[in-house]
Amino acid sequence: MGKKILLEHAEVPGIQGYEVYREKGGYRSVEKALKTMSAEQVVEEVKTSGVRGRGGAGFPAGMKWSFLAKPEGVPRYLVCNADESEPGTFKDRYLMSKIPHLLIEGMITASYALGANTSYIYIRGEYYYLIGILEKAIEEAYANGWLGKNILGTDFSHDLYVHPGAGAYICGEETALLESLEGKRGNPRMKPPFPAVKGLYDCPTVVNNVETIAAVVPIINDGGEAYANIGIGRSTGTKLISASGHIKKPGVYEVEMGLPVEEFIYSDEYCGGILNDKKLKAVVAGGSSVPILPADLILTTANGEPRLMSYESLSDGGFQTGTMLGSGGFIVMDETTNIAKNLYNFTRFYHHESCGQCSPCREGTAWMEKILHKVLAGKGSMEDIDLLWDIQTKIDGNTICPLGEAASWPVASAIRHFRQDFEELVKNPAGLDETRYYYHCNNINPEVA
Amino acid sequence: MAKVIIDGIEVEVEDGTTILQAARSIGGEVTPPAMCYYTKLEGSGGYCRTCLVEVSKGSEKDPRPMPKLVPSCRTMVQDGMEVKNTTSERALEARKGVVEMLLVNHPLDCPVCDQAGECDLQDLSYDHGGYNTRSEFERRTFEKQDIGDKIQLHMTRCILCYRCVKVADQITDGRVHGVINRGDAAEISTYIKNAVDNDFSGNMIDVCPVGALTDKTFRFKSRVWFTKPMLAHRDCDKCSGKTTIWFKGDDVLRVTGRKDEWNEVEEFICNTCRFDKKKVSDWTIEGPKEVSRSSVISANKYKNLEKPKEFKLNDIKRLDS
Repeated sequence: MGKKILLEHAEVPGIQGYEVYREKGGYRSVEKALKTMSAEQVVEEVKTSGVRGRGGAGFPAGMKWSFLAKPEGVPRYLVCNADESEPGTFKDRYLMSKIPHLLIEGMITASYALGANTSYIYIRGEYYYLIGILEKAIEEAYANGWLGKNILGTDFSHDLYVHPGAGAYICGEETALLESLEGKRGNPRMKPPFPAVKGLYDCPTVVNNVETIAAVVPIINDGGEAYANIGIGRSTGTKLISASGHIKKPGVYEVEMGLPVEEFIYSDEYCGGILNDKKLKAVVAGGSSVPILPADLILTTANGEPRLMSYESLSDGGFQTGTMLGSGGFIVMDETTNIAKNLYNFTRFYHHESCGQCSPCREGTAWMEKILHKVLAGKGSMEDIDLLWDIQTKIDGNTICPLGEAASWPVASAIRHFRQDFEELVKNPAGLDETRYYYHCNNINPEVA
Repeated sequence: MAKVIIDGIEVEVEDGTTILQAARSIGGEVTPPAMCYYTKLEGSGGYCRTCLVEVSKGSEKDPRPMPKLVPSCRTMVQDGMEVKNTTSERALEARKGVVEMLLVNHPLDCPVCDQAGECDLQDLSYDHGGYNTRSEFERRTFEKQDIGDKIQLHMTRCILCYRCVKVADQITDGRVHGVINRGDAAEISTYIKNAVDNDFSGNMIDVCPVGALTDKTFRFKSRVWFTKPMLAHRDCDKCSGKTTIWFKGDDVLRVTGRKDEWNEVEEFICNTCRFDKKKVSDWTIEGPKEVSRSSVISANKYKNLEKPKEFKLNDIKRLDS
């Protein structure tokens, strides 16, 4: 049985409520931080723990915190990024619905460390049913003196708000999130300046993923050293993995970093093997935007070493033979899957979610979707595959925000590893209905037209 | 002061200057093209990605190259920075890609477009584009819209540079003009077709790099290269009154701001000067306007260009096949 630190009490009945959560040791980290530690010590502890951003980029959280500018007389903000919209990722939803108080506790402790008196949880609009759960938890925290003025009799005061988005993937990008939080159109900002200098309302701001903030609780409770001892190398602690696809037991699993991928897929403790005992074909290891890998490369690296669930091991070999841990959206596909068909689904998503600010992403994502649609409709040619590759190179790295990369990496990796699936579709069309084009641009509803 | 080397040419500029401005101070080939950046509009730039350049040395203090291409209009110079524009394969390749993307949905209706001849996109595609399109899909189209009674929005031609949005943001208090929808369905729109009712709204036409915003008092009157630009001024209580007026024969066909070699106006002018003063007697004429930027209006711009590759009809992929 792997070590669980975030989801340890997730299945305890009534853990959603304050009493049970407190009974199980909840809010100890706030007590410990506020009463016995200075803000700097909390930041140091998080640095020692080596916890890395769980939203996808994997940037060390303690380092991010220490970059926060601290000008006199200017408020600082902590914003929790709960705009979890990456296809294949649903870990934050699970965490927030099961143990909402863990996030609230993490927010208070982290805000204390950063000196933020106001913080926000920016939650994805589609998670409307979680807003009530979180707000109830916040209410309970206020009622029990964990939020509000002079918490635990110290001079630290803190207010916490939940802010729902309006349903845009792009608002998971931290600067677009801040724009949206300010009430503007959710377009990513140009960087620099980074949010740590000029973020929400032009004030220094830290934006962290739900899981990162939740991890602050065990880090403060047990110490950064203890957290750093879990995991492997620079990938410390545990990671929530959202497993989906052709597996026997889809769901959210907390794994210790360094768990072999093979064990994760096949052991009964986790995914339980491939559905109907078919053969594994491919895995998208970290949410739809990371490169897809074929079975041999996901189980072992190009050097023949077993692939592990960690930032380093998954990215071993670069994009030629590796991928990324990303947000932990683990999508498994069996031998019956046509990767090109799956890619069409991803590409359609990125086309739909591109904000339209910069030209390569705005036009490129739409173009790629149209080409893939054409290939699926049986009108494609071999040149279309090369064109698709070329368009992807024109988007990658040339956009304002990472959505451009997120859209081009899956295309690149699918063609790199599964070109035969595209060729097969060119030869044997999938028979996709021609009228199901997306006519957004002409404002024609495909269902009506 | 910061010393920067752009394509091997050293230049010294003030701290806080952008790479693009530094390149413009050198001028000529080393200047990256810019479709969305506009010096006089706060917060403009960064959207179109045509001005991407490679930074091969970050600065004297930190000589590491920047891993990605950077938008030169939004990146500040550092002392000792080395920038590659035309000498960078990567930057040129990316620019070619951007031009292609900008043209994927552009109608290419230059023969009937009022902007033709002084269009930034036209110049850009001559300089950096290909001769053929690789996209065979239907281009997106929009209905024409009127913004007030003097300006027409032809969204089909728009490249979403956000310049007009910045003009509207900076001249009006209430937000009536902006971008709605997202991705390739994004469009410029006035809030529920509200007119932008402001004395300076006409400047949207001047800042538009393509023919998306056109002057209704000039529509279809003449191709720009048949008109003669003259510098002129008048006493105006709203703006400086310094304009360029465009003659055909003895008639004033249109009035615009005075544009510099980067196709940016020197001063914004008011709607009275622009739309209502179309008589020669309204103006004091200073003399002919030199069009220093290379475009169709400056004579024989394409004289020394390489002749486009001729292709046979059979080379063109039949669209219906």
